[in-house]
Amino acid sequence: MPISSDAGPMPLISVTDLDVRFGSDDEIVHAVRGVSFNVAEGETFGLVGESGSGKSTVLRAMSGLNADWTGTIEIGGTRLGRVRGKPFYKRVQMVFQDPYGSLHPRHTVDRILSEPCQIHGMSDIDNRVREVLIAVGLGPTFRFRYPHQLSGGQRQRVAIARALILEPEILLLDEPTSALDVSVQAEILNLLQRLKQERGLTFVLVSHDLAVVAHMCDRLAVMNAGRIVEELTIAQLRASEPAEAYTRQLLKASLGYDRSAAAGMESFD
Amino acid sequence: MSGANGGKDGALLTVEDLSVRFHTRTGIVDAVRNISFSVGREKVGIVGESGSGKTMTGRSVLRLIRPPGEITAKRMEFDGQDLLKLSEKQMRDIRGDRISMVMQDPKYSLNPVMTIGEQIAEAYRVHTGASSRDAKTRAVEMLAAVKIRDPERVLSLYPHEVSGGMGQRIMIAMMLIPDPDLMIADEPTSALDVTVQMQVLAIIDDLVTKRGMGLMFVSHDLNLVASFCDRVIIMYAGQIVETCKASELDQAQHPYTRGLLNSLPRLDREPGPLPVLERQESWKTEPGVDAYFK
Repeated sequence: MPISSDAGPMPLISVTDLDVRFGSDDEIVHAVRGVSFNVAEGETFGLVGESGSGKSTVLRAMSGLNADWTGTIEIGGTRLGRVRGKPFYKRVQMVFQDPYGSLHPRHTVDRILSEPCQIHGMSDIDNRVREVLIAVGLGPTFRFRYPHQLSGGQRQRVAIARALILEPEILLLDEPTSALDVSVQAEILNLLQRLKQERGLTFVLVSHDLAVVAHMCDRLAVMNAGRIVEELTIAQLRASEPAEAYTRQLLKASLGYDRSAAAGMESFD
Repeated sequence: MSGANGGKDGALLTVEDLSVRFHTRTGIVDAVRNISFSVGREKVGIVGESGSGKTMTGRSVLRLIRPPGEITAKRMEFDGQDLLKLSEKQMRDIRGDRISMVMQDPKYSLNPVMTIGEQIAEAYRVHTGASSRDAKTRAVEMLAAVKIRDPERVLSLYPHEVSGGMGQRIMIAMMLIPDPDLMIADEPTSALDVTVQMQVLAIIDDLVTKRGMGLMFVSHDLNLVASFCDRVIIMYAGQIVETCKASELDQAQHPYTRGLLNSLPRLDREPGPLPVLERQESWKTEPGVDAYFK
């Protein structure tokens, strides 16, 4: 398997030989197989693949949501264990795909945003909530609304605000715009880019959409069947220069419908 | 709809002044407002964002809108019959047989407690009254037509045992058995991976070309519709704001269409802030771009 994880001298995130298995003895699903990559500070790294490729599973192992993994995950040179404590979550936060499912339906925006601050014993919660709402482009009028009173794009802004309120260094983004209309997607992508610049964040972005990844990332890894097929820069992707047949096919299919290309599609299971 | 593109002569379906209204506690919601279009033996894409009325337009052709929803139209003519004047029984003869519908997610469209074979055979027998042996033969043929390997084996599987792409091909096979004249496909490939999407679209494409079927392709994906369809109808707030040739979508005139196209991240464009769509209240009242040719 080709791996070239060259992200400069001292990567902020380093994942080596990550393996994730689900199920027990007789029926094991080997979801992630020997995945390794590095992400430099301030970089946006994309993980791309089709459903079942293991891209979200990698992110969930990194975020501590899945404890059944082997290999090493390091953040800033510190090796992470299975169970993560508060200091980890202060540095690393996650934004999920579905803004309808990831916010508590019976908590107000205020409570959704205050809770992480209380858990981390932060002071001046009132000001933090107000500031973070402004930062994500929602005014103070949204503070005492419930999720059902918000549109999909507004909910995703709240989810981003919740991730940012602890002032983390790293955001793990799992398909953050795939449930949104394209015009709303544009707003959220712009917001993420602005916040990244303002706060010097590092992003790991999981997506099935190559155009979104090309827009947001510096480098990406293409995954298939639990493995990284290839790692490439966005310049290589834009120039249509992937080395692997799998990536070339994915790129071709992303460019729109083409009857002759459809006839030549192969299975890479 | 002008005759120039669709061609009134060859039109399978002609819709004039279609509106869909919902009477709710808080007042009347106009989901679709006075739209007119026609579909010939071609691929017509209906594109819009959520809430634009694209799905309601597709469903109203089959009169699949339940009360408190209400469909009105000056005319909704399919093959010489006004669909709005037919009895419910006559409508049942049209649904599935002459006009069929493929929905977004095969997980919810297939019956989870029947095998694939039973479901396809049932669909066939309802429309033709054929024997179960004939129905099985036909089911195998149709699964082969949608490029399913080893169709005999797939017939005995339950829906949870097949992948999303295969489920959607099965749905299409089921809809195609009665050889419909018009297919309404509502986001038929949105739940699928891009490579599988291409294969499923190729199947639909061939059916339109070989059988001369008409297709109403409801989708949110501008790029896909531009590359797949012959003609595109763009909907906003229940109205048609623009109609154009799919190949000319990149030269669209209406600011809404242009805004949507610009807000898409593209592989062939350098990154930078994406232009954000500024919605104008006037789009809801102004005539659409195609109306200029009337």
